[in-house]
Amino acid sequence: MKKLSVYLIITAVAAVMLYPLLWLLGASFKSNSEIFSSVWFIPDSIDLSIWKNAWETATPYTMGHYFINTFMIIIPKTVFAVISSLLAAYGFARFNFPLKRLFSSLLLIGMLMPAIVKIMPMFLFWRDTGLLDTYIPLVFPALLAEEGMFVFILIRFFNSVPREFDEAARIDGCGTMRTLFLVLLPCIKPAVTSIAVFTFLWTMNDFLNPLIIIQSVKKYPLSLALRLSVDSTGQSYEQCKIIAVSVIGLIPSITVFALAQKKFVKGITAGGLSG
Amino acid sequence: MKKRQYKNPTGVSKYTGLLLISPFIAGFLLFTLYPFICSFILGMTNSRTVGQTEFIGFENYKTMFGSSSFRRALEVTLKYAIILVPLKLIVSLMTAVLLNLEIKGIGFFRTAFYIPSILGANLAVVIMWQYLFTAKGLINQFLELFGASPISWYGDPDAALYIIILLRLWEFGSTMIIFLAALRDIPRELYDAAKVDGCSCTRSFFSITLPQIKGVIFINLILQTISALQEFNAPYMITSGGPLKSTYTVGMLIYDEMFKYGEIGYANAVSWVLFTVIALAVGIMYLVTGRTERETT
Repeated sequence: MKKLSVYLIITAVAAVMLYPLLWLLGASFKSNSEIFSSVWFIPDSIDLSIWKNAWETATPYTMGHYFINTFMIIIPKTVFAVISSLLAAYGFARFNFPLKRLFSSLLLIGMLMPAIVKIMPMFLFWRDTGLLDTYIPLVFPALLAEEGMFVFILIRFFNSVPREFDEAARIDGCGTMRTLFLVLLPCIKPAVTSIAVFTFLWTMNDFLNPLIIIQSVKKYPLSLALRLSVDSTGQSYEQCKIIAVSVIGLIPSITVFALAQKKFVKGITAGGLSG
Repeated sequence: MKKRQYKNPTGVSKYTGLLLISPFIAGFLLFTLYPFICSFILGMTNSRTVGQTEFIGFENYKTMFGSSSFRRALEVTLKYAIILVPLKLIVSLMTAVLLNLEIKGIGFFRTAFYIPSILGANLAVVIMWQYLFTAKGLINQFLELFGASPISWYGDPDAALYIIILLRLWEFGSTMIIFLAALRDIPRELYDAAKVDGCSCTRSFFSITLPQIKGVIFINLILQTISALQEFNAPYMITSGGPLKSTYTVGMLIYDEMFKYGEIGYANAVSWVLFTVIALAVGIMYLVTGRTERETT
C-alpha cells in the first residue's frame, strides 16, 4: 500500500517534469492555431515543412552552419577541459609541493566566485587583445582548468585509487605521465566521462559568454542563433517555427546525454559531487 | 623553524606537482584574480565606452544606493532567491528520499527528474517555457481544463516572477542527485536500530537522515544561492525584466548598464555590490550552520 502511494507520487512528478518536453516535441509539428488550442502533445497531422523551414532559418545560413560553429567551440573546449583538469587534479592528489594548502584553497575560492563579476573585465581584456568575435575567448580558458569543480571531482576520484598502483607502475619503469595515462586514467574513466559530458552540455547551454564575445552572425553558435530566430520572427506569429528550431537545437544535448547516461550518472553519484 | 619535508616517491622532485598544477594557477590568476581586482578598480572610475576615464572614488556606490532602479532590482533578486532556494531544496530532498525507498525502475525516474536540469539552461527550453505561460499557452489551457480562471502571467507583476521561479524549480534534478548520493551513504544499521527502538519514519527522518546529510544540505544551499542571486538568462529571454520591472534582476541591470548604456564603471560597481551580497549570504549561512553543529555535538 505504502509502496503504491510512493509510485503514484513519483509518477505524477515525472509526468509534470517530462510533459513540457513532450509538448515541445509535438508542438514542433503543429500549426500555430493548434499549438494554442490543444493541451494534448500529439499533433493532428505531421507537417514536415515546418522543420524544413526552421532548418533554413531567417538568416543567410542554415542550422547546419550554426551546428558546425558550435562544434568548433565544443570539441577543442572539451578536450582542453579534460586534459587541464586531469593534470591539476593529478598534481593535487598525488604529489606534495610547496604552498599546496594555499593552492587548494584557491580552488575553492574560484568555485565560489560569482561569474557575473568576471564577465566585464574579461570582455574588456579580450577587447584589448583584439580577440573579440573569435572563438579563442570561449575556448582558451578551458586550457587553464577554469572549472574548479572538475578538478575537485577528479581529486576525489584519484583519492579512491590505491597508491600501490602508482608504486607498482613506478617499479615497472613508468614515469609521472605514463603512470597517469596508462595506470590511473583507466581507473577514473567515469569521472572523466562526466567532465566531458558536463563541458559539452554547459557549452551547449552557454548564452551569456557568446552573447558578449561573438558579434558577427556568421560565427554565431547555436544558442545565439536560437535567440536570433526569436527576435527576427517576433512574438505574434510563426511560433511553430521557433519551436521547431528549439527542438533541433536540443538534439545534440539529448543525444550526448542518452549516449553517456550510464557512465555519467555513475560519475556524479559515485562520490564526486557529494560533499 | 623546522624545514618542511615533501614526501614524494623517490626520484620525484617537489616541483613536479607544482608543474602539473601550473596551468590551473595561471588560470586562477588570469580568469579569477585579475578580473576580480580589475572590476573593483573600474568600479571606482567613471569609465564609459566613450570619453575620458577618471578616478572618482566611491561616487558610483553613492549613486547606486540613491537610485531607485538599483534598489528595485536588488529587492526583486532577493525575493526571487528567498522563494526559490528553500523551495528547490525541499522538493529535491523529498524526491530523493522517495527515490531512495528501494523502488523498482529507479533508473528511469532518476533520469526523468534529471533531464530538465541539464537541458533547462539551454535557450531552447527557455523559449519553450516562454510559450507555456502565454495567454493561451499550455499552463492556462490546463487551468481552464480544471475550471480555474487563466492567469495573465506576463501582465501581472506579481505573477511574472513565478514564471522564472517555476522554471528553475523544474530544474531541481541536479540538486536531487547530490542528495540521493548522500542518502545512499547513510549506513542502513542506523535505520534498523531506530526501528528496533520504535522510531516512526518521520522521527528517523529528522533524527537520522537530516543530521547525516547536513554537509550536503549546506553545499546545495550555497550553490543554489550563488546561482539564484546571479540570475540573468531566464528574465532576459522570457520577460525582458517586465512587467513594471518586476522580474528585472541585478544581473540584468549589470548587463544593461554595461552593454546597453556603456556605463563600464557603474556596472562594475554594481557587480561588486552583488558579489558582496553573495559573500554575505554565504558567510551568514556558514555561521548559522556552524553554530547548530556546535550545539548538537
